[in-house]
Amino acid sequence: MQFGIFSVSDITRDPVAGDTPSEAQRIGAIVRIAQQAEAVGLDVFAIGEHHNPPFFSSSPTTLLAFIAATTGRLIVSTATTLITTNDPVRIAEEYAMLQHLSGGRMDLMLGRGNTAPVYPWFGQDIRQSLPLALENYNLLHRLWREDVVDWQGKYRTPLQGFTSIPRPLDDVPPFVWHGSIRTPEIAEQAAYYGDGFFANHIFWPKEHYIRLIRFYRQRFAYYGHGTEQQAIVGLGGQAYIARNSQDARREFRPYFDEAPVYGHGPSMEDFMDMTPLSVGSPQEVIDKTLTFREHFGDYQRQLFLMDHAGLPLPAVLAQLELLGGAVVPVLRKEIAARQDPQTPAAPTHAGLVRARYGDQEPRQPRPNANRGDNVTGGSPYQDSAAAAPAEYPDL
Amino acid sequence: MNTTAPDPVRLTIVSAGTGDPSATRLLADRISDRTCELAACHGQTAESTVIELRELAADISTALVSQLISPRLEDAIAALGAADGIIASTPVYKAGPSGLFTSFFHVLDDDLIIARPVVLAATAGTARHALVVDDQVRPMFAYLRALTIPTALFAAPEDWGDPALNKRIDRAAVEFVLLMESGFARKIRDASWESYQHEYGSAGGTETGIDLDTDLMRLAAGGSAQ
Repeated sequence: MQFGIFSVSDITRDPVAGDTPSEAQRIGAIVRIAQQAEAVGLDVFAIGEHHNPPFFSSSPTTLLAFIAATTGRLIVSTATTLITTNDPVRIAEEYAMLQHLSGGRMDLMLGRGNTAPVYPWFGQDIRQSLPLALENYNLLHRLWREDVVDWQGKYRTPLQGFTSIPRPLDDVPPFVWHGSIRTPEIAEQAAYYGDGFFANHIFWPKEHYIRLIRFYRQRFAYYGHGTEQQAIVGLGGQAYIARNSQDARREFRPYFDEAPVYGHGPSMEDFMDMTPLSVGSPQEVIDKTLTFREHFGDYQRQLFLMDHAGLPLPAVLAQLELLGGAVVPVLRKEIAARQDPQTPAAPTHAGLVRARYGDQEPRQPRPNANRGDNVTGGSPYQDSAAAAPAEYPDL
Repeated sequence: MNTTAPDPVRLTIVSAGTGDPSATRLLADRISDRTCELAACHGQTAESTVIELRELAADISTALVSQLISPRLEDAIAALGAADGIIASTPVYKAGPSGLFTSFFHVLDDDLIIARPVVLAATAGTARHALVVDDQVRPMFAYLRALTIPTALFAAPEDWGDPALNKRIDRAAVEFVLLMESGFARKIRDASWESYQHEYGSAGGTETGIDLDTDLMRLAAGGSAQ
């Protein structure tokens, strides 16, 4: 099981100190936070994608490539990559590049985005968000698996003889998580392709999530990817940790009360009762996190939100010390002791390479000399099988 | 011989009154009492559940701004979802229904009370607010596809001493009981529930069926957009 943190990349005024970090300060801080995540023994760092203030993360692959270059073990990921307003061709290219540069230490989580004004900035319409997401992923899935793609759909110009470069590292596509909070179609798509399903289970009675995750597991098995137990599930969480619960609550309350999204609404105590938020001692965070497994079954990835609502960098780094030092080691031990032996390991590039090739050498695509197009002739790669004929769309 | 008693009629009363006792609640209770008497005449028993929105004020405002539905609000939603008939009563402020009242209905799922008979009632400090029920409250229930009864009930101070209010309450109770007895809401549910828009987890968390036979589901499983 993997443990890590995810950030929405908000730049929020620190309600205690009263100042708002600059974009430069916050971007510098997020790099430190990711590096600290590795230093304290966490497995994953994931960043959101936004295209409006007060967020900074418009270009996740640039940030993640830098983080990957300055770490050695950490898996970099997203929470989420917008599968609606991004061209799936660009997602295929950018994340394959990240995969090469990080040596496979990456994956990504797809989400739709729920800010209506963002869609038209990228020529899209939020009312078509769901079919757009589904169609875009159907294309993205092919772009990473077929050297030459002919494709026609409803939401994007057709492709003829298109090759997404670079081909995935070792010709093994990046692992994909589909993030969804309440959409059965997204769970179905994750199941159909045998991808992961990530539920950021804030804001909704857990019974609904339990049903949705169960649906994903059933469909994963239905499509022949393994048993329900072998489906790949990730969960969100949120924590503020101090040595004792009184200090944790006193320190976090001003940040909670003015947090984006839920601030000025429920009391922190009610929010802790109703959502995955834990504010307390390491033991309290451990106890609450262990209940997730009881509700949703064995799962592969647990991400915590630790850096939002204006928490200053030193506080976040101290939080990570506690998470990595006092919480996660206990969770690893407890979960390993309780887990069903059939539960698959969390996805990694090495694991996917092993599953694909066994002891054989992975494919390393080498292009033929440039001939100007991919439409005529055979594959653009030296080792490919005979040419696949191009299908031309009706004009 | 069939000795099974018919299920009791389930009434859910929603009151946005703020006093204790409040005139708004009092009006709702009089409608409820008259409805129970009439139902008894028709050989049925009635059970009523009261949702005092005053007690849920913080939960309602939290739900409005953060999508978080508290356990108490969930209980209220369940009571509405299970109701055979609803009595909705609000004070009028500034020529409109109480914001507490409208906010409560704003956070409900659109498909929670489809085709359910609803009595609309309001109280006010002046008769000049008399048309607020028909003019402002009824459209909100139209949006929710609820079945509001024809007679709107309204009580300004002078109405409390006027027997005409009782006559209107009697009239409303007859309309309400007949609509509930017709089983209209249940029949709609049986005959055409699927023709209304639903989302996964809507209708107060009861809408949990997943239809695999849709264009979107086919697209999810590698198909083409229609």
